[in-house]
Amino acid sequence: MVLTQEKAARGKASGVGKERVDRVEGAAFRIRHHALNMGEVQGQGYVGQALGAADMLAVVYADQLRFRADDPEWDGRDRFLLSTGHYAIGHYAALAEAGIIPVKELETYGSDNSRLPMSGMSTYTPGMEISGGSLGHGLSIAVGAALGLRYQGSDSRVYNFLSDGELDEGSTWEAAMGAHHHQLGNLTAMVDINALQADGKTDTVLRTEPITEKWQAFGWYAQRVDGNDVSALLAAFDNAATQAAAVGRPSVILCDTKVGRGVPLLEDREKAHFMRIEEHEWQLCREQLTAGYEGKAAR
Amino acid sequence: MSTATTPKLKTSAMIASFADPGQKTASAPFGHALVKAAQENDKIVGLTADLGKYTDMHIFAQAFPERFFQMGMAEQLLFGAAAGLAETGLVPFASTYSVFAARRAYDFLCLDAAEPNLNVNIVGGLPGLTTGYGPSHQATEDMAIFRGMPNLTIVDPCDSMDIEQAVPQLAASEGPTYLRLLRGNVPTVLDEYDYSFELGKAKVLRGGRDVVFISSGLMTMRALQVAEALAAHHVDVAVVHAPTIKPFDTATVLAELNTDRLAVTLENHSVVGGLFETVASAVVTAGLGKRVVPVALPDEFLDAGALPTLHERYGLSVQRIVAKVLAELA
Repeated sequence: MVLTQEKAARGKASGVGKERVDRVEGAAFRIRHHALNMGEVQGQGYVGQALGAADMLAVVYADQLRFRADDPEWDGRDRFLLSTGHYAIGHYAALAEAGIIPVKELETYGSDNSRLPMSGMSTYTPGMEISGGSLGHGLSIAVGAALGLRYQGSDSRVYNFLSDGELDEGSTWEAAMGAHHHQLGNLTAMVDINALQADGKTDTVLRTEPITEKWQAFGWYAQRVDGNDVSALLAAFDNAATQAAAVGRPSVILCDTKVGRGVPLLEDREKAHFMRIEEHEWQLCREQLTAGYEGKAAR
Repeated sequence: MSTATTPKLKTSAMIASFADPGQKTASAPFGHALVKAAQENDKIVGLTADLGKYTDMHIFAQAFPERFFQMGMAEQLLFGAAAGLAETGLVPFASTYSVFAARRAYDFLCLDAAEPNLNVNIVGGLPGLTTGYGPSHQATEDMAIFRGMPNLTIVDPCDSMDIEQAVPQLAASEGPTYLRLLRGNVPTVLDEYDYSFELGKAKVLRGGRDVVFISSGLMTMRALQVAEALAAHHVDVAVVHAPTIKPFDTATVLAELNTDRLAVTLENHSVVGGLFETVASAVVTAGLGKRVVPVALPDEFLDAGALPTLHERYGLSVQRIVAKVLAELA
């Protein structure tokens, strides 16, 4: 299904009804399924992060973002900036779900000459706005994009996806101050709080809490939600849209997520930046994912 | 202690002008050139990291307040935001000091602007030895740091005329650029020659039979003064000005170097990684067995002090260069 949302109404939340939730949950299921398939081709990858962030990505691409699938460079598009380059596996899955890249192409993930490198880069992939991966860059670029769009009279919005690990970076807070100073009401940041970094759990690497209070202190409209609860995510985006203005407070949605979400085998596995999955387990993962999704849908 | 016996001390003013007494100068040439370019190109915007007044960006901010964005003392944000502005089709000029551009926010220029080849133009104040404040402010290795960055164009202008002519060309060129800014009252030197700035080109300013100087930045001004001084010693000096350090005009420079003349490079930069090594690598790559003598800053953290004192101490003064060339010829 190609989701072309250019006609999406601005600031008119249609309520978090069942149909809307079902649509986004369906997208999240397919994003997770794509990510498992990509992980299996590589035999590795940031599958745990993709599964954890799938609901956030689904809300963006199936509900919030204004874009044209057949024209990823369309001037009137909203900008989605992936700061966490290693989440590209999830982002590619979302781009495929959105119809911006073919589903078939996902099997090239991380391979030689592929448009889908392990770490996301704007120069490789349609719909990838920035070259992330050196963490702590995305929000600064988002500040410039939001300033530039507003200066040029565009009503496009800028969404920046970042991770709680990136809250370690001083540049994130330079950008947080800049966004507030310039009153970038057209900017929404979404932080994936999976409490996991390369060297271990976030609270053992560098404590970032209290996160909500930090963003509030920096002048942002901050909401903290269960990032794996589609209804809660949609309500948060609706709240953000209601208070958004071209000149106003920037908005941040702080999303607590679970690494490996949707696949019990991986949810229960010891958490790691690079999650270990054996060759014979991929099919089991897909079966668990499907069973969970169908079970939920049947309720 | 009697004041009558205390010698007057030379001071190390932050924004010392390197113009000689009585020399023709232009005020804030970068700021005025950016305003002029912006009048013709409505995509041009300006931003700075709390150094607008000290990089002549304030001239632009006064002329186009709605096109100027203050980023605060936050250089990573400065470069990231410049990239974001360029992503939306604008042509940003972002100013700070060269030390902060090169040392503090390199990753942001590299990955946010250079990798996607965006039209982001960085303007760095106090390049090389143009302040007496010591290593915190002296960007003696900025070109060495930046030369390794793919896609980045590096320009080291000589004077106000170079800057005025470079700015619109930087705005018009694709990809990121770095301009070594000369600010405040900047000498006007090149109007005396049949010269115009052309991005990517080196130009022969004067011919000479005995010595050939390859120079960039304010050292081209010194090179021309040294050439005059050496004439009194019956030494005939050619001066080739190479303001674009990258991409380098190898063809023009090698054609001038591949002669029997003494070859000297002159730069306001460390002897490591700047003009000298750019020329040296071109010479070696072309297989020329040609000796090249560098006039450059030493590979050291430099002293604080008054600029004239420091230029003399580190060999950038006319007097020191004349002596060095005469010694080479002896």
